[in-house]
Amino acid sequence: MPSSDAIILGGGANGLACAFRLAGAGWRVTVLEAADALGGTAAVVAPAPGFRAPFAHLLQGPDARVARAMGLNIAAQEIATTALSATASHREIRGGQVEGPDAAAFAALHRRLSDIAGALAPLRQRVPPVLGRGNAWGRLAKVALGLRRLGATEFREALRLLLTNVADVVEDELTDPLVQGALCFDATLGAWTGPRSPNSLILLLDRMAKGPLTLPRGGTPALAAAMAQAAETAGVTIRTGARATRIETDGERATGVTLASGETLNADLVVSTLPPGSTLRDLVGARVLDAGLFTRVGQVRARGAAAKLTLALSAAPDFRGADLRTRLLVAPSVPAVESAWTPVKYGEVPDRPVMEIVIPSAHEAGWAPEGAHVLSAVVQFAPHAPADRTAAKAAFLANTLKVLEDHAPGIGRLIVGADLMMPWETLARFGVPCWHGAELSVEQMLFLRPLPDLAQYRTPLDRLWLAGSGSHPGGGINGTAGWNAAGRILEVGP
Amino acid sequence: MKHWETPLKPTPFHPRTAALNRLNRWGAWAGCTTALCFGDEAMEHSAIRNAATLYDLCPMVKYRIEGPEAEAYLNRLTVRDLRKLTPGGVQYTIWCDDQGQVMDDGTLFRLSADHYRLTCQERHLPWLLDSAEGFDVTVTDETEALAGLALQGPCSASVLRALGCAVDALRPFRACSVSIAGTDILLSRTGFTGDLGYELWFDPAAALSVWDALVAAGAPWGLRPVGSDALGLARLEAGFLIANQDFIPAEQALREDRARTPWELGLGWLVDFGKGPFTGRRALAAKRDAPRWVTLGLDVEGNIPAEGAILYHRGKAEAGVVTAAAWSPTLKANIAIAQVEARHARGDDLWVEIYALRELRYEKLMVRVRPVDRPFFNPARRRATPPGAF
Amino acid sequence: MVDAIIIGAGHNGLVAACYLARAGLRVTVIEKNDWIGGAAVSRELYPGFLYSNCSYVASLFRPEIMRDLELPKHGLQILPYEGGAVFTQSGGYLGMFRAHDANRREFARYSARDAEAYDRYGRDILRYCRFIRPMLLRTPPDPASFRPRDLIEMAWLARKMGEMSSAEAARMVRFWTMSVADFLDDYFEHPVVKAYLAVSGIIGTALGPMSPGSAYVLLHHYMGDVDGNIGAWGFARGGMGAITKALTASLQAAGGEVRVGKAVKRILVRDGRVRGVELDDGEEVLAARVMSGMDIKRTAGVVEDRHLPEDFRRGVARFKTRGSSGKLNIALDAAPVFPALPEGAPNLKGDLHFTDSIVRMERAYDDWVDGRFSRDPFQDCMIPTMIDPTMVPPGKHFMSCFVQYAPPKINGGAWTDADRDAFRDTCLDQIETYAPGFRNKVLHVEVRTPRELEAEVGLTEGNIFQGELTFDQLLFNRPVPGWAQYRMPVKGLWLCGSSAHPGGGVMGAPGRNAAREVLAEAKRGSEMRDAYAVL
Repeated sequence: MPSSDAIILGGGANGLACAFRLAGAGWRVTVLEAADALGGTAAVVAPAPGFRAPFAHLLQGPDARVARAMGLNIAAQEIATTALSATASHREIRGGQVEGPDAAAFAALHRRLSDIAGALAPLRQRVPPVLGRGNAWGRLAKVALGLRRLGATEFREALRLLLTNVADVVEDELTDPLVQGALCFDATLGAWTGPRSPNSLILLLDRMAKGPLTLPRGGTPALAAAMAQAAETAGVTIRTGARATRIETDGERATGVTLASGETLNADLVVSTLPPGSTLRDLVGARVLDAGLFTRVGQVRARGAAAKLTLALSAAPDFRGADLRTRLLVAPSVPAVESAWTPVKYGEVPDRPVMEIVIPSAHEAGWAPEGAHVLSAVVQFAPHAPADRTAAKAAFLANTLKVLEDHAPGIGRLIVGADLMMPWETLARFGVPCWHGAELSVEQMLFLRPLPDLAQYRTPLDRLWLAGSGSHPGGGINGTAGWNAAGRILEVGP
Repeated sequence: MKHWETPLKPTPFHPRTAALNRLNRWGAWAGCTTALCFGDEAMEHSAIRNAATLYDLCPMVKYRIEGPEAEAYLNRLTVRDLRKLTPGGVQYTIWCDDQGQVMDDGTLFRLSADHYRLTCQERHLPWLLDSAEGFDVTVTDETEALAGLALQGPCSASVLRALGCAVDALRPFRACSVSIAGTDILLSRTGFTGDLGYELWFDPAAALSVWDALVAAGAPWGLRPVGSDALGLARLEAGFLIANQDFIPAEQALREDRARTPWELGLGWLVDFGKGPFTGRRALAAKRDAPRWVTLGLDVEGNIPAEGAILYHRGKAEAGVVTAAAWSPTLKANIAIAQVEARHARGDDLWVEIYALRELRYEKLMVRVRPVDRPFFNPARRRATPPGAF
Repeated sequence: MVDAIIIGAGHNGLVAACYLARAGLRVTVIEKNDWIGGAAVSRELYPGFLYSNCSYVASLFRPEIMRDLELPKHGLQILPYEGGAVFTQSGGYLGMFRAHDANRREFARYSARDAEAYDRYGRDILRYCRFIRPMLLRTPPDPASFRPRDLIEMAWLARKMGEMSSAEAARMVRFWTMSVADFLDDYFEHPVVKAYLAVSGIIGTALGPMSPGSAYVLLHHYMGDVDGNIGAWGFARGGMGAITKALTASLQAAGGEVRVGKAVKRILVRDGRVRGVELDDGEEVLAARVMSGMDIKRTAGVVEDRHLPEDFRRGVARFKTRGSSGKLNIALDAAPVFPALPEGAPNLKGDLHFTDSIVRMERAYDDWVDGRFSRDPFQDCMIPTMIDPTMVPPGKHFMSCFVQYAPPKINGGAWTDADRDAFRDTCLDQIETYAPGFRNKVLHVEVRTPRELEAEVGLTEGNIFQGELTFDQLLFNRPVPGWAQYRMPVKGLWLCGSSAHPGGGVMGAPGRNAAREVLAEAKRGSEMRDAYAVL
């Protein structure tokens, strides 16, 4: 007799959301997490003794359905953005407003993009449609109709914008380099693309569709803890330090999971929130999968270009007077973002990376010793597979610190500890090759995510499902993919 | 290398075949020049059924598959159960893509426990290499590293015996090692004629000496070389299918709906669902009971070949197409292979429309066809072990 | 007073003019230069040598148009390529051969796997071509409209999608949106093979091979055919000017006229209706219809702002026409010798490249992004005289070098003559590397940077497609959402150049489509042949 009805691989937001939903339907669910802590990238990084920072430092979520069902009462405050200027003429972006020459233009652009994002947002909470021969067109037509309701002109505009690049849009509509740079940064954050690359604007739309950017009290790890608690209360069994090394099959269907310890757990159903490549190629393997699928899963693009820098600082840094309680962006112009991206195409390190900085210790106590601070930055773009990793990492760190020094003179002297995680290190620690388990790009979105025949969360191997950020709608700590997948499982059966 | 000067390559037998090709009729086959007819197609076909013949098989695509997991690899690649194939055995097989559509058919030799050879009509290296991911196996194209020669006809065993080869114990679809003209040869009792016959595989450097030895030894039995035209007729009598003629390999189909499942090609009997997972299995399980097409052997009224003809149900509604047809000199019958919509699988009330060009006028015929079993021609001497003396 | 004025004697303007004239309209084509041709032009800039000064391949030109307008009767002959090669930095080459098996063996010198993968690649490309090509000769629907014609056209598109299996539809959508580099990675392993095949993904566009959307551009260049041989490229005998020459002859045979050396200063509008054009010498030519073969920016530039709605003008301003290429036309005293090629190889009778990896191609693009011409440019070279005996004296040659990337501005400023010379030398030096002694054979060089393309041919920012070929500027988005059906906001004004669907390349499709719209409105029948199927 199987030890559970369902085994969920991965105890991140998606795994916990999926487990909770299945448990709520009366299933006996076991969550297996390879790390010692739950939450996936909602993890803690310690750059020096006494200093802590969340790895994923901001939140767009959780999915409202997940929060409601799991009773997650997250005290999260919306965070404003400061586009940093090297000459102290920063721009604060709050909601759809910014000061300066672009005030009106930005508000108009923001409204337009928000409208489109709002019309597309419902797609995030649905199982992607199957394309072709009938069934999908109805549902897609409904979304198209949602866009059409914006009016004929706006609808046409939306169709033009869907596959355009963010650089052209901000250059067409705005004049302030800081604001332009900020939007370019946000569009390409976590992606393997530059702002001039076509199809980059849709990433910004997707980001806007996720909801406001917030800073949860206690950081994202607190959210993970709340989700874990809710899941356990719902009867989910959670095991940490349980790394799956194989998904067992009887040739026809998944039957369970074998752990690194050698222990085999049986289940009626296995749901993996690990990336599609790890799940199907590493854990399932070629023998029970069709050759074409096995090859195509290997071709799913999953190049990460974001590095994570955490600095322990002996005192508060001074970003030329910028409000440390905002999200600080070092992305001073379109060319700045584009030229930070260019070298990464060749596995090289940019001279001047761009970055998003959050200082958790400026918001609440407990992250750093009294008077000291911890700085958490997502730095782009980092090569995912440079020829010489050690040299690339050293150069990347040096270049990042140089850029930081330019914006916060003297910050170098405050550093008492630093932790830099390059993309390959994020992969080693969290098992995600890029932020989203598979690159988020148009050719890997919606019914193409991660592959057309895997887009409805089900895999061709009977009773094996995907529910991670490699599936629709991608990453971010929101539990949406896990929740969608669980809904699909309950709807059509294992 | 000056490719443009040899858009088609000569085969290792070319010095001999060129000298014998009295009509100078050549055709392209897989990038090589091969004889369509040496002098008289009817005589060549007659020799296949009456005496012994040589046919140059060099252009056949050959892959060497080797490694500790070769069996597991091939079991996942092809639809048949490899575990039943012992060293020295040969299997006719097919393989499918994920959608259960036939990519090609071929002959699989098990040379030793972990060494196989796959021969087929079309090239498949990318697919074979992709399929090898995750298996401890190497796949190499050895098409040009190996000469192939078919020795076919009721007297073929006699020719081999005259050369001192022990063939009495060799059963159909088995292979053994022999030596001819000092050359080690893998001899398999296989062929494309539906008659008693063998195929010889060996080092191309020895091509001419082996050819000469066979020609010399075969003289008492009227051995002669045959071209692709005569062979094509023999293969039709034997009911074999040819890629890109009787079916479109899935990877080459420009139109999605042209690909076919094994059942649609009458090859469903090869599919072994009991052997565990293999590529296309899930799709095949779903498609098994829902073929859209069937491949039928037909007996066509009259004596005018129905090549390329359209099939009609009740002489009206289009029902399929003839993929190969000929008047069979051996059977004295007008035979054809056709792809027919599945609802006409029983072949009731089927007709073909034949346009026969006769002295600048088309004679338009609508004649009845009856489904018949394939192979059309299947003599006992093909299977007899030991083989007969003629 | 004529029935229609066509601005610009480029190939699209002439195609439109021909169709109108053949339908019985009185047509005048007005051309600012003293010669006809636009960007499909052959001029003798060096005694005895005829160049294809701008465009250099003819295979995109729709065969339906050639037949409708009887262009072969008027002298047009299309000659297929016979070869092609990319030279490698290590002194080798990868050649293209017409014979399938010779080509396979050539690819196999680099990768046995790639040699065979090429067949499936070709099959897939052809599948996508089959889908998209019928759209070339149709007017894009307006997705925001509920008019019957738009709904019918949308339904037609949906039905075409619906004919595919879901797997195939998904594969195609993926193909449209991805980069040519990623697309090729799915099939091929060898960098030289990929570099050779990536070329069509970047020609004429301000994209690098790693930019998403470049896979579609590849398709755009594969959509042509020479006598049904899809993807094959060809030359026009006598240079590209032979196309516009034949079109002009066809037009004149139908009673139309071309007036050269007359620039249009203004399109005359009264009460929201076109009534003609004013030429730069002050002459007014009156007509109820004006079709513009100029790009959308120039077209809007000769209409007073007050006649154009605000959102249209914003759309025009936003339309991207960044040039990305330059051109060298070289008169050669003798055939260049490329030591890498074996003697007698037919490869010089085709496209020649020196960029042997996608990385080099992408780096060339990075220079464009940074506002300078590529230091290690990508060149698509042709020596049409290897095939065409009519363009130069016997034994001499004309070499056409299409160069990427060349930005419309150098470091934000206008091109100077010094920039142009440096650009020329960079290109010649690159060729010299692969063909030692090349420079000594050079008799004359015509250099065209985006500056020259703009000044002479009138292509804004030197964009050879009259607007970039990215999805935000294709189909119903081209050139301005809501104005993609050739009709402009002023009554009687139509767009018939490459700024309109389906875009650039010497295709003639925008001219024909625009003519169809004009004739439909004029309630005139036309003798347009249906678009040919891709068999």
